[in-house]
Amino acid sequence: MIPEFGHYALILALCVAIIQGVLPLVGAHQGRREWLMLARPAAQTVFLLLATAFVILAWSFYTNDFSVLYVAEHSNSQMPVMYRLGAVWGGHEGSLLLWVFLLSTWTILVAQLSKALDEFMVARVIGVLGLVMSGLLLFILTTSNPFERLLPAAQDGRSLNPLLQDPGLVFHPPMLYMGYVGFSVAFAFAIASLLSGRLDAAWARWSRPWTTAAWVFLTLGIALGSWWAYYELGWGGWWFWDPVENASFIPWLVGTALLHSLAVTEKRGGFKSWTVLLAITAFSLSLLGTFLVRSGVLTSVHAFATDPKRGIFILIFLVLVVGSSLVLYAMRAPKSTVGGKFSPSSRETFILLGNVFLVVSAGSVLLGTLYPLLIDALHLGKISVGPPYFNSVFVPIMAPLLVLMGIGPWTNWKSSDLLKVIKRLWLAGLVAVIAGISIPLVMGEFTWLAGLGFLLAFWVISSGCLQIIRQAKVGKPTRSFIGMQLAHLGIAIFTIGVTMVGAYQEEKDVRMSTGETVSVGGYQIQLKSVNLVPGPNYQAMRGTFLLSKNGNTEATLYPEKRNYFSSTMPMTEAAIDAGLTRDIYVSLGEELSDKSWAVRVYYKPFVDWIWGGCLLMALGGVFAISDKRYRIKLKRHAT
Amino acid sequence: MKPRHKRVLIIIAALAVIGVAALLILNALNSNIALYVTPSEVAAGKAPQGQAFRIGGMVKEGSLKRDGLTVHFVITDLVKDIPVAYTGILPDLFKEGKGAVIQGRLNANGEFVASEVLAKHDENYMPPEAKHALEQAQKNGSVK
Repeated sequence: MIPEFGHYALILALCVAIIQGVLPLVGAHQGRREWLMLARPAAQTVFLLLATAFVILAWSFYTNDFSVLYVAEHSNSQMPVMYRLGAVWGGHEGSLLLWVFLLSTWTILVAQLSKALDEFMVARVIGVLGLVMSGLLLFILTTSNPFERLLPAAQDGRSLNPLLQDPGLVFHPPMLYMGYVGFSVAFAFAIASLLSGRLDAAWARWSRPWTTAAWVFLTLGIALGSWWAYYELGWGGWWFWDPVENASFIPWLVGTALLHSLAVTEKRGGFKSWTVLLAITAFSLSLLGTFLVRSGVLTSVHAFATDPKRGIFILIFLVLVVGSSLVLYAMRAPKSTVGGKFSPSSRETFILLGNVFLVVSAGSVLLGTLYPLLIDALHLGKISVGPPYFNSVFVPIMAPLLVLMGIGPWTNWKSSDLLKVIKRLWLAGLVAVIAGISIPLVMGEFTWLAGLGFLLAFWVISSGCLQIIRQAKVGKPTRSFIGMQLAHLGIAIFTIGVTMVGAYQEEKDVRMSTGETVSVGGYQIQLKSVNLVPGPNYQAMRGTFLLSKNGNTEATLYPEKRNYFSSTMPMTEAAIDAGLTRDIYVSLGEELSDKSWAVRVYYKPFVDWIWGGCLLMALGGVFAISDKRYRIKLKRHAT
Repeated sequence: MKPRHKRVLIIIAALAVIGVAALLILNALNSNIALYVTPSEVAAGKAPQGQAFRIGGMVKEGSLKRDGLTVHFVITDLVKDIPVAYTGILPDLFKEGKGAVIQGRLNANGEFVASEVLAKHDENYMPPEAKHALEQAQKNGSVK
């Protein structure tokens, strides 16, 4: 009976979401205040209903209710409770429920925190979010109902894919979806302001913290996913240019462009049309990402057996959203495209250039991701576009962006003297060149790519240090300033990690017998034994490896090869000895013969800096949101 | 500088970035695309020469042989068989009788030397390319 309540709650949520999407928008258009007033209560009702549905689904997992098809397919009575709860979003239906639940969470956050904003604007924003919500709820109810019954009930569930039975499942999807869905707020603000014709600095100031918040979640979500893939997949890579990874990365690139463009709109009133277009694009790309992941049109590690009906529905929804917002944009976008006057050497120019690089790189990633689909649709054959494409296109587009990052923050709005800026930056340039030449030499081998990586990273770092010194002389830095420095430093740290791993990692696939030693990156790894150990819902062969350097034992590593009872598929669980300057990564392959195993050993210098850099970026975003001026303006509006 | 000049300058800069990117993209697409080929097409000599490509199909039952770290197996669309050699650790889901996608090139003996064996993350999932190869072979078989 309980799952039917969940289903019922979803249907009610759809009805209320339609009210939330239609009445406030019509009310705002016709000036009917009583209709406007419906926006907040409707949004709150939808949230409560979806929270109910979500809790009921979690409850069904918790109580092992295998009469619910979705539970029977993704859980199992032997699974630990944590993974049973994580399994709520471990499959298609549940992850969409998470999507709409997070969307309604963002909606009520907007409803609660925008008390100071004018009623018409709030009503429109909530209305647009309601329309998006209605579309997705309709999708869930017609094609992907998580509460569908399985009668008679299954004896036991089919269990979750062993790969997903990991703490990563508990955190990665909610974070990523918070980011994806969060761009809907920026989108709703953009559409609302197009509708009202009030595309001004106030609008930019309002949507900026929301956009930053979504961006922070997306950054963390992508980083978590990358880290999870690194330690769980057993391949030791941190990014595969997999279509689904790209689907999250493309909105991130556009979102980053949007953040910077919003800064110009807020401070200088410029770039309005461009900013609106970016907001629409960022959200459309999030939807496209959902489509790509959920429709199964792409060959990917995230691909599940799928139903073509779903793909078509999302595609229609996507076309409707993108089409109607672009029509609205064409009708209402401000005619003057550049806004306030600025010279070619101003901060505006640098931000615009940075934007161009970000958008072009997003476009190139999108092209590489969709190209196989396009070729297939045109019946020109089946092809795949591999990581070399992305690397050889993405790196040359990103390199100039890092150069700009070192200069842009020194320039003033409107116009500044570039010569003066360059004179101030000679020291940063010198540090960068020295780092670019000396670090590769210290690491043992000079390659141009490694040199370029360190040069750019240290260019950004030393330019940032000089900025901080200058700021310290002037006065206390604002949180916005700290946020920018942290985020840019994060990019530099990330670049160092990527460069180090790319140029100096060592990978070895070897055959090892007990007692044998293999050396990698100056470390020795000895296989001590391989034993059978039981787990809660699996049995594992566990290897014991001794990691030592120059005769000193540093760590003992226990990689596993697991066999889950509910599945015929073995699972590789890598063992990692993590460190600030290097990771040692060991994973077990197959047993080759008696006592001899195929073993994969990696030396990954500075690999943790990749995720550390992402954390810094996210932290920078948090600082930027907490800047005083957003709160001061709030109060002024309120009085 | 006049606003019009400024705008022209910005547009030129943007176009330059896009132009360079387009060049990079075309160049990269040219050299980094791998064609999917079915085992029947390989047998008919339709595989690209001296270039890496991908084969989708099934790993033939009983064909897996180990030789230290090197593995030999046969990939099939149930009509034609192609022998494959791969050195390294196979992904968890690689199994006889299951679908697989492999990337590599043909050597002089007609053996496919794989540089990459692609893993899928769900045991019930069949790579679309492998499925396509089987369907294609079946279709041709029934026509003949």
